[in-house]
Amino acid sequence: MTEPLALYIHWPFCLSKCPYCDFNSHVRERIDHARFAAALRTELAFEAARIGPRPLGSIFFGGGTPSLMEPQLVADLIADATRLFAPVADIEITLEANPTSVEIGKLTAFRAAGVNRLSLGVQSLDAAALQSLGRQHDVAEARRALELARAIFPRLSFDLIYARPDQTLSAWRAELTQALALAADHLSLYQLTIEPGTPFEARHRRGEILLPADDLAVRLYEATAEEAAKFGLQRYEISNYAKPGAESRHNLAYWRYADYLGIGAGAHQRLVLDAARFAESRHRAPEPWAALVEQHGHGTAHREKIEPADAAREMLLMGLRLNEGIDAARFAQRTGVPLDDALDQTMLRAAIEEGYLERDATHLRATAQGQIRLDALLGAVVK
Amino acid sequence: MTSIPIERIRNFAIIAHIDHGKSTLADRLIPSPGALTAREMTSQVLDNMELEKERGITIKAQTVRLLYPAKDGLTYQLNLMDTPGHVDFAYEVSRSLAACEGSLLVVDASQGVEAQTLANVYQAIDANHEIVPVLNKIDLPAAEPERVKQQIEDVIGLDASDAVMISAKTGLNIEGVLEALVTRLPPPKGELNAPLKALLVDSWYDAYLGVVILVRIKDGKLKKGMKIRMMSLGSTHFVDQVGVFSPKMTVVDELLPGEIGYITAAIKTVADCNVGDTITEDRNPAAEALPGFKPSIPVVWCGLYPVDADDFEKLRESLGKLRLNDASFHYEAETSAALGFGYRCGFLGLLHLEIIQERLSREFDLDLIATAPSVVYRIHRNNGDVEELHNPSDMPDPSQIDHMEEPWIKATIMVPDDYLGAVLTLCNDRRGRQMDLTYVGNRAMAVYALPLNEVVFDFYDRLKSVSRGYASFDYVMDRYEESDLVRISILVNGDPVDALSFVAHKSAAEARGRSICMKLKDLIPKQLFKIAIQAAIGGRVIARETIGALSKDVTAKCYGGDISRKRKLLDKQKEGKKRMRQFGKVEIPQSAFLAALKMDN
Ligand SMILES: Nc1nc2c(ncn2[C@@H]2O[C@H](COP(=O)(O)OP(=O)(O)O)[C@@H](O)[C@H]2O)c(=O)[nH]1
Ligand SMILES: C[S@@+](CC[C@H](N)C(=O)[O-])C[C@H]1O[C@@H](n2cnc3c(N)ncnc32)[C@H](O)[C@@H]1O
Ligand code: SF4
Repeated sequence: MTEPLALYIHWPFCLSKCPYCDFNSHVRERIDHARFAAALRTELAFEAARIGPRPLGSIFFGGGTPSLMEPQLVADLIADATRLFAPVADIEITLEANPTSVEIGKLTAFRAAGVNRLSLGVQSLDAAALQSLGRQHDVAEARRALELARAIFPRLSFDLIYARPDQTLSAWRAELTQALALAADHLSLYQLTIEPGTPFEARHRRGEILLPADDLAVRLYEATAEEAAKFGLQRYEISNYAKPGAESRHNLAYWRYADYLGIGAGAHQRLVLDAARFAESRHRAPEPWAALVEQHGHGTAHREKIEPADAAREMLLMGLRLNEGIDAARFAQRTGVPLDDALDQTMLRAAIEEGYLERDATHLRATAQGQIRLDALLGAVVK
Repeated sequence: MTSIPIERIRNFAIIAHIDHGKSTLADRLIPSPGALTAREMTSQVLDNMELEKERGITIKAQTVRLLYPAKDGLTYQLNLMDTPGHVDFAYEVSRSLAACEGSLLVVDASQGVEAQTLANVYQAIDANHEIVPVLNKIDLPAAEPERVKQQIEDVIGLDASDAVMISAKTGLNIEGVLEALVTRLPPPKGELNAPLKALLVDSWYDAYLGVVILVRIKDGKLKKGMKIRMMSLGSTHFVDQVGVFSPKMTVVDELLPGEIGYITAAIKTVADCNVGDTITEDRNPAAEALPGFKPSIPVVWCGLYPVDADDFEKLRESLGKLRLNDASFHYEAETSAALGFGYRCGFLGLLHLEIIQERLSREFDLDLIATAPSVVYRIHRNNGDVEELHNPSDMPDPSQIDHMEEPWIKATIMVPDDYLGAVLTLCNDRRGRQMDLTYVGNRAMAVYALPLNEVVFDFYDRLKSVSRGYASFDYVMDRYEESDLVRISILVNGDPVDALSFVAHKSAAEARGRSICMKLKDLIPKQLFKIAIQAAIGGRVIARETIGALSKDVTAKCYGGDISRKRKLLDKQKEGKKRMRQFGKVEIPQSAFLAALKMDN
């Protein structure tokens, strides 16, 4: 049986650029909605024709700020996708939304378009923090958005950024407890990362932004899982927490190294076609991307064949983020490399002995201690 | 070139501290009457440089023959012999000096005598040279010729009242130098009709000519086609070419007693040409060789390893190429558990080591790790065997050793009064024994016996820093002395790291062990696993440090999108590991080796 495909659709525009963000997002005074709508639909149709019919497990509208899209376009794309592919019965359709008033007004329309899971970019429930993160919404709007969304969508997730400058352990526990009380079934809780090229990076370099020291960051991380567990949310990936069964199926596809399709400016996709795996990505700048699509039917700018040894490394670096770990049999089948061949056996043994990795009859997984050091762990055990 | 009788030949060297003006003076002497015109000179020099670039080999500085019409109306043949600049090449210097009858002692009149000058002057005196003091840079307002003359008399004991005062830069009184050479230096002595005896002064590899040998004829004559014999090796060769440097290579029919020139004889490597050897005629050999021949013996050894193991072959080839031109440097293949495949290399001294390392990285573009330099210890085993130890990790178990000896040097340090205290403390800390201490104006000259082992550990750096760069240092090898020596091993998570082990005097062992552990603690980044670093003598741990495991290292956001980028980051991390060495589950960055090996107290 072919594994279902995951479909990612990128909307590359935001109202303003947040100073910590390195996503492919652009601010425009006016957006030619008709043009981008047509281009997205063209590219989707083009790819569907190229790869042929496959089961479709999830659709994810990400950004940028996809809640700035016109609901009609969301509806059209969902209709196109479910016609061109074979949607599974319980297909998951997520849309990322920012909790500004404009966008909140469109939630019902998105639901009507077919979206069944909303992911809200709340980021913080602290007024000062929202301000210093450069967000366009305030705490009240965030709360209102959450309440509304809960009433409208069967599934709801939201994002928070923590381990912010000056954040104490008790303040974070308090903020997180409030957030958990807002009854989402899924949370993405990210420690603030200083991304290269962002204004935050410049300020960090100048010493104006101080991140918590490693020891505090570790305690914040551990506290996060404790608080979430009190509300029945379990950590299932390094930064993601869900009630049982409410995990993001779309994101699981990435971590499990399934095939995914990426439509829109700067979107990445990774597909096995005719027994070879290709990584492709679209032109990052919205207008040139649209022009490419108008000319060729697609806006692909890069294409790279992924050899089995590289696929093995990729599947390890994604899969060990998950608590469930990596299924050895599926690993060999997806990458063409037996799991043990991809690992340095001496380091593997040392890591298991140290309690960073666990191995049973079917799976290899990183423990909590391993996950929090995953980058170093990968560097050590991956061949 | 017309033949000049032996009474009108003058062979001389120039002794000077670096920057006192030796090259400037030599340039002034060369284009004087009889040699090249200024125009020829420039094009010649350029030609030479281009050749150097083209062949990728440094053509060694040689001798220059010039003809000088003196005030007495006669023309003299003056041969300027270049000498290597540093004490590491003391033996080579002594052979160059043995080819001459006199020296110009060039002293910067604004600076005065330095340590390096002294050592060379003493060598010239040992070689029975007539020494002509020359005060250079008298054009400078800061020149103090009278003070410096006095200093030459006080420190060296040379009569400086007739010192020639010049400015090599402006050309002032160059004539005076030439006249002094003619009138004050003795002519060489030699027997034209005796069997050939020529001193092998130097040799170098030339891509077109093969090995070129610089010779000084003592007796007999040397001609093209002659079958010559190297007296120390017994090897024979047919002479292809005989010539002199004027300064361009000029073929001549023969070289006669007292003359300096070059020969080529289809010799493939300089290793077949020992500096100081006597060249004679195979058919009619000299009864005995010239005195003073010593095969060159490396005194400092270290391991050289490619940072990237794939460069091993390149290292091998590069060492071979260097050795073509420098027979005093030795190398043998060696393996280290820590550093992989490399070479143990022997050098005449620390500067020689640095020069070779520098050339390997600059000319051959090699990225190398050098292990801590080690001197050659003598081990006397219980059973009476005596052996030399080049590599600390080869040291036998102490129970098999009756006693050990280490080499000592005689060091001459000149330093302004203000820093003398600090310098003496440094020497005493390094087990030095003061042999002499004299003052010259506000400068002191300290002569110390020091264990070479203490000098290879960053002595230069320390000397520079305690004297703010004002001290000058020079040394000669002295002798071997019995010593209480131990080997200190460095263990990482219990496993000894051979490249970090070293030999030290018992009194310094604990402090060095502690210092290296502390240094490694700073240099090795936190890793996935806890790291224990220990220093041990035999089974006894003398110092210990622990580096805790890193507590957090994870990418917070990672979904979808660009997995290739994350994989490439991982690949880069892996690539970075090439610059690390793996010890069990610990990785030690190259930089840690380098810095730990360059240790200070
Ligand atoms: N003012 C002055 N400078 C000189 C004189 N002779 C040499 N120099 C300078 O001193 C520096 C060192 O000279 P150099 O011949 O390279 O010294 P070497 O290291 O002994 O060969 C150079 O900058 C020369 O230009 C001189 O007579 N007067
Ligand atoms: C695709 S992004 C942005 C989605 C949406 N545009 C928004 O801003 O709410 C998804 C999430 O990544 C997180 N994120 C973005 N930049 C981050 C950073 N520098 N450090 C930590 N988390 C970050 C935020 O929580 C954000 O909601
Ligand atoms: S709204 Fe989201 S995607 Fe847009 S700039 Fe801010 S963080 Fe980035």
